[in-house]
Amino acid sequence: MFPRPIQQSSPAAQWLYKLALPLALILWLFPLIGVAITSVRPASDLAQGNYFGIPSYLAFENYSNVFRNTPMGQYILNSFIVTIPTVIGAVSLSLMTGFALAVYKFKANLLLFFLFVAGNFVPFQILMVPVRDMTLNLGMYNTWYGLALFHIAFQTGFCTLFMRNFIKALPFELIEAARVEGVAEWRIFWFIVLPLMRPAIAALSVLIFTFIWNDFFWATVLTTSPETQPITAGLSSLNGQWVAAWHLVSAGSILAALPPVLMFFLMQKHFIAGLTLGAVK
Amino acid sequence: MSAKAPSYWKANQRRLAPWLFLAPGLLMFAVYVIIPIFQSMWISFYDWDGLGEATWIGTANYAEMSSDPNMVKSFWNNVIWLVLYLLAVPAGLLIAIFLNQTVGGIRLYKSLFFFPFVISQVVVGLIFSWFYAPNFGLLYKVIEFFTGKGVAVLADPDLVTYGIIAAGLWPQIAYVMILYLTGLNNVAPDQVEAARLDGAKGWKMLYYVILPQLRPATFIAVVVTVIGALRSFDLVSIMTNGGPFGSSRVLSYYMYEQALSEYGYRMGYGAAIAVVLFAIMMIFISGFIWKMWRDETER
Repeated sequence: MFPRPIQQSSPAAQWLYKLALPLALILWLFPLIGVAITSVRPASDLAQGNYFGIPSYLAFENYSNVFRNTPMGQYILNSFIVTIPTVIGAVSLSLMTGFALAVYKFKANLLLFFLFVAGNFVPFQILMVPVRDMTLNLGMYNTWYGLALFHIAFQTGFCTLFMRNFIKALPFELIEAARVEGVAEWRIFWFIVLPLMRPAIAALSVLIFTFIWNDFFWATVLTTSPETQPITAGLSSLNGQWVAAWHLVSAGSILAALPPVLMFFLMQKHFIAGLTLGAVK
Repeated sequence: MSAKAPSYWKANQRRLAPWLFLAPGLLMFAVYVIIPIFQSMWISFYDWDGLGEATWIGTANYAEMSSDPNMVKSFWNNVIWLVLYLLAVPAGLLIAIFLNQTVGGIRLYKSLFFFPFVISQVVVGLIFSWFYAPNFGLLYKVIEFFTGKGVAVLADPDLVTYGIIAAGLWPQIAYVMILYLTGLNNVAPDQVEAARLDGAKGWKMLYYVILPQLRPATFIAVVVTVIGALRSFDLVSIMTNGGPFGSSRVLSYYMYEQALSEYGYRMGYGAAIAVVLFAIMMIFISGFIWKMWRDETER
């Protein structure tokens, strides 16, 4: 184990370590803690210059104000409406592409695999003009499905990389044995491989949920009105309206951050497994 | 005929199956990712406002770019982003080493340290805007306390890019940290013990024994950090809109501004900027793909 376990050090060092942990954490999360406190600080405190002291009372009305005076509820709903179909779509497509690239030997295999991997790294801007134009021409501009379709297609790149490597690590004898028995290929996919993919599906779902929920660029390029804008784009336009109303900005930020944070805490094991795939050999 | 069809399928099943499985995903990916790359390259030779007739102007967009001071500024800002963003790799490693212990509650500490990565860059941008805000922002106050005069980071053309990069490093360090924590978890204990018996410790141990074993984690950390640095758009858009006076623009933001913002709909020029960004990125992507290709074919 590296570094040497702290239990082998002197009691003083152990004591110091246990003190350093919470201090480092507070320092690390300081900006976030500040915003969380500001989100429950009454507007009157800010007006009187009480920016850092203890709030004179816990102003949860900031949150209800955000919901009452802005389309925040709609934005959150829109985010779910875009995110959930994207997760389902990208995971389903990549289960198939990953299976094809992991199980079959054919000439273009590696080439296609690296096409997915490379496509996943390209800058969004090189896609922006044509994708926006196509979405406009298909009448899908400023709709949830116009945005979701793009996300599904783009995320398929990353998901294929993930699924293919996961299936490659499964024991190939299972598939061989089924083939000897004369099981059809689609049945092998459905009845043998798919049931083993549960951890991969869970890991990818939480990752894609977070990526799409947090997407800002495509939300601004493909949606324009509060009826369809997801929360990231909504928060950005609200930020323009709330000039320096930091108690509202903070409350809005916390609301936007909450779903992925909850997702992370509930599915932590899967989330980290997905994110660190390939970090160990 | 009806008897022949299934037998053809049976005989060629294993040859056809991969293409059937690939078809939907590959089609979507081609339509939304692969083909648009070439379309953008094509559009970059036109003068087009996105609505009317497009006019072929050859390489005029590229010629204009080379003498466009905003373009030059954006490019150099991208270079600064790239260099400073890579600090996330050693910083993430340091935090991972700090947290790689087994004391009570350490799991919760690790999760909380990872927190900044989970939240949206929009929120990170707003959090840091508040942190930097003139007159009452926390950083402003701290600097004022020590020097007597606060600094409005986001309003200072010389500092603004560094201020935004610092905000970007926050989630990036968290990401690198989690990669290294996983890597450290899998370092072979017998090798560490053997090196310890040989008297290796501290930096020597890290450099000669630990880092070589962390190579896969380092590779991924560098890949995601380089891509992240060149993709930086959200933070610039949220925190400054490229300002003040365009001093915090990066290529990705400048492209968006030219093609879609209130400054006009110059799709052709925007596409040309995107092609340049793509070319820069391709240098790195080819490097990564080359390494992955080597690993794949060696197996």
